[in-house]
Amino acid sequence: MTFLVATAIAIVRMRCLFAVVMLSGIYSLTTAGVFIILDAVDVAFTEAAVAAGVSTMLMLGSLTLTGHRQAPARIAPILPLTVVILTGVVLLWGTSDMPRFGDPEAPVHRHVAPRYIQDSPGEIGVPNMVTSVLASYRGFDTLGETVVVFTAGIGVLALLGIGGRRGRSAKDDPDDVAKRPTDDHE
Amino acid sequence: MDWIGQYNYYVVFFLMMTGFYVVVAQGNLVKKIVGLNIFQSSVFLLYISMGKVQDGTAPILLDGEAVYSNPLPHVLILTAIVVGVATTALGLALVVRIKEAYGTVEEDEIRERDDDA
Amino acid sequence: MNDDIVLTVIGKLLIPFILLFALYVQFHGDFGPGGGFQAGVLFAAGIILYALTNGTAAAMRLIPPGLLAPLAALGVLLYGGVGVATMLLGRHFLNYSVLAQDAVHGQHYGILLIELGVGITVAAVMLLIFFAFTSRED
Repeated sequence: MTFLVATAIAIVRMRCLFAVVMLSGIYSLTTAGVFIILDAVDVAFTEAAVAAGVSTMLMLGSLTLTGHRQAPARIAPILPLTVVILTGVVLLWGTSDMPRFGDPEAPVHRHVAPRYIQDSPGEIGVPNMVTSVLASYRGFDTLGETVVVFTAGIGVLALLGIGGRRGRSAKDDPDDVAKRPTDDHE
Repeated sequence: MDWIGQYNYYVVFFLMMTGFYVVVAQGNLVKKIVGLNIFQSSVFLLYISMGKVQDGTAPILLDGEAVYSNPLPHVLILTAIVVGVATTALGLALVVRIKEAYGTVEEDEIRERDDDA
Repeated sequence: MNDDIVLTVIGKLLIPFILLFALYVQFHGDFGPGGGFQAGVLFAAGIILYALTNGTAAAMRLIPPGLLAPLAALGVLLYGGVGVATMLLGRHFLNYSVLAQDAVHGQHYGILLIELGVGITVAAVMLLIFFAFTSRED
């Protein structure tokens, strides 16, 4: 956990974006390790594959398109810092009401979770409870999430288009083709 | 109320505020998205911390009696991670288009160009 | 994109295992950690590794982007289709218990099918996004 804090601070301080992206990959991998300690193996798996792998790669891909250096800040970050610290204090104040970490009597564990844990072996017959809750009890949620992923894919396609298609039918995206030559100065 | 019991939450809130700070205070749009990712994963950590049960094990059925951690936060966060990467990709795509249209990804410079226009 | 022989050879060695592991995660998600989301991402990661070692153009020939977009839609449709099928069989939307003789088996089939839908969509969308970014570079 403390390592996470160190990485996060380094991300804030660094101005070379390449290093920032690499650090954010390390950060995700560390998060995955923490998830394993906290018993969330499925989540750790996802975090390692998705956030540390794919996300870092996408960041690198966009860095090659946008440049590696960050311009130095022009204004002193007093106001943002104040806002952030204030919010942080309010949140810390909020933790005083939180149940102790790992407390089996915490409200989170009192509501629907016992039913999932006790009944899902009989009702679904799938050993991995995360899968049974994800796919069966909360099938609606997951359907929604899948649609969100799908929509995001469509959004990226609409914004960027795919180069392979440009060769075949350039007039599909005339705006894109027209813009291309003028963008390469810098 | 001993503070060691809340250590996870403190770290989570620190990370959350770090991400928040990056989002509001840094001008570079790519950096902002990295900050957003930090913020997001701190929320994931918060959820997973809440799902942990003392002496519990991963919620995969074992023979015999066992204490399992709460599977519900795991499910929510699992999907959230994937959706998170999809939205990150969307954000980066927007940044790339901004770069193509303005020639920069620094917020101040973009604003200056808007004022000039 | 990259002519380094070490990268190319190691990449070639690893890709089949990554793809196989993706399929294992996809269909073994009921028993161990895993499921459609992770499998989709792993599958995409295997293809992305191929794209990194052999060039994006080669990967695009392998899996044309024109095929990926319908695949992404197909995954969502498969998921929704399972829901509609359970409705037609007289239960609630996405209540899989009617898909087989007894409820537990029905749940098994339902979970397997919708995880497959999720996996297809996630893999296709991740690859689409990756291709969209990399094809901008040249």
